[in-house]
Amino acid sequence: MSDLLPPEDELTAPWWAGTRSHQLLLQTCLDCGHRQHHPRHLCLVCRGMNLGYTEATGHGVVDTFTAVHRSPRADLEVPYTVARVRLAEGPVMLSTLVGDGDWQIGDEVRVDFRDLSDGRALPVFRRVK
Amino acid sequence: MTAIVGAAECDLGVTGKSVLQLQVQAVSRALADAGLQLSDVDGLATNNIGRFSTTELAQELGIRPRWVESTFVGGSAFETYLARAVQAIEAGQAEVIVISFASNQRSAKSRSLGGVVEEHLPAAQFETPYGPLYPLSYYAMAAQAYLHRYGASSADLAQVAVAARQWALLNPQAYRYEAGPLTVDDVLESTVISSPLRAADCCLVTDGGGAIVVTSAARARDLRNRPVQVLGYGEATGVAGMAAADDILDTGASAAAARAFAAAGLTPADVDVAQIYDSFTITVLLSLEAIGFFGPGEAAPAAREGAFAPGGRLALNTSGGGLSYCHPGQFGVLLLVEAVRQLRGQAGQRQVPDAEVALAHGTGGILSHHSTILLGVDR
Repeated sequence: MSDLLPPEDELTAPWWAGTRSHQLLLQTCLDCGHRQHHPRHLCLVCRGMNLGYTEATGHGVVDTFTAVHRSPRADLEVPYTVARVRLAEGPVMLSTLVGDGDWQIGDEVRVDFRDLSDGRALPVFRRVK
Repeated sequence: MTAIVGAAECDLGVTGKSVLQLQVQAVSRALADAGLQLSDVDGLATNNIGRFSTTELAQELGIRPRWVESTFVGGSAFETYLARAVQAIEAGQAEVIVISFASNQRSAKSRSLGGVVEEHLPAAQFETPYGPLYPLSYYAMAAQAYLHRYGASSADLAQVAVAARQWALLNPQAYRYEAGPLTVDDVLESTVISSPLRAADCCLVTDGGGAIVVTSAARARDLRNRPVQVLGYGEATGVAGMAAADDILDTGASAAAARAFAAAGLTPADVDVAQIYDSFTITVLLSLEAIGFFGPGEAAPAAREGAFAPGGRLALNTSGGGLSYCHPGQFGVLLLVEAVRQLRGQAGQRQVPDAEVALAHGTGGILSHHSTILLGVDR
């Protein structure tokens, strides 16, 4: 869907590197074990700064969603579905729902990847059949 | 005590004018309304002019204020500036403060669907790639969650826009003054932009703005208008990101409102007229419940029963609001202008009889920042 190449930085480079092998990573506090998304410079629970990444199961449920009918960019074809997905590990991430269209809040989804032109990939979610 | 002694709009709608010209209009009209001069002004709060908004405006006006404020929190900025202005006046840091805003976004076609992408911030990596409209898609996701959680319908959302139009038909300054009534079917037949929100669930995109003049109660007594006292205020800061709130419906609005009511020693039942930021129809239902006018999920059935139309249970957004009167990108200053007019009894056909307490509630960003003001007059 998108040829837009998202920026990355020193904090998020490992997260983006994971997408090259279609791994969904979650930032994880090495002191208290809290997992969070998006990556931040400190742990939101223990405020520690000893953070790394662990692999997520890729399972989640649709927290809420919207079908976008007016495109903000030339590379996006409407309609497409933007959603908040609550991952099995707890954090919520913004993503896109792909596949058949009749979405409901609470639908179970699983991560899939849309490859970007530079070898990275964008995590998207599909319905669990 | 501190009071609002002047209030005015600049030109609204499609003006073809520059931001500075609209700002000068707003400031000079509000001062004329107060019976004060530019030379009386020693404090200035504004934004949206440039990187150095307050100095640009001071330069344009030819004044050298000793107090300025330009905290950027979105549409709730102006309720926040009023809170800061009260503090400054009570601390003796300024005596006459003008809070102003103007935008020519409609004439300049400066609004973009995706919003402003700041490459160095998390959204550029974790939101923008997915193409949400900013801020619309976030409010749309909140609306979807609200409808799901409370069993409400798009028709309930539509009622908010229908009521706003009814008020706008009573306000000659409203962009939709001559547009005729809006029906629920009209809203439901309008184009879906980001489901479940349709074009008619979204605020206008217009030029416009306004200004208010704030001073001490002592000074206010010598001026021409009945002083509108600031009875209380409260604010709350939430999150900037679309996935950062654990519960999308749990915003900071309830905390902001609770702080304002506690400061004023009032409750929602004391409010005669409410001006609530209506960027989208859902914003109104969420805010009404968070402020405490209704319990969770109860604003939708109230909308269905016509509670927000003229003559309804709650005098709400009596100007016609951002949905049908004017929305220049940040609506907060115009919430205050309308509240002042209602409390002074100057609202013409849309006047709420004997209004003594008004609430103005601003919302900034994506339900990110909330600021509540309570205003009152002595009768």
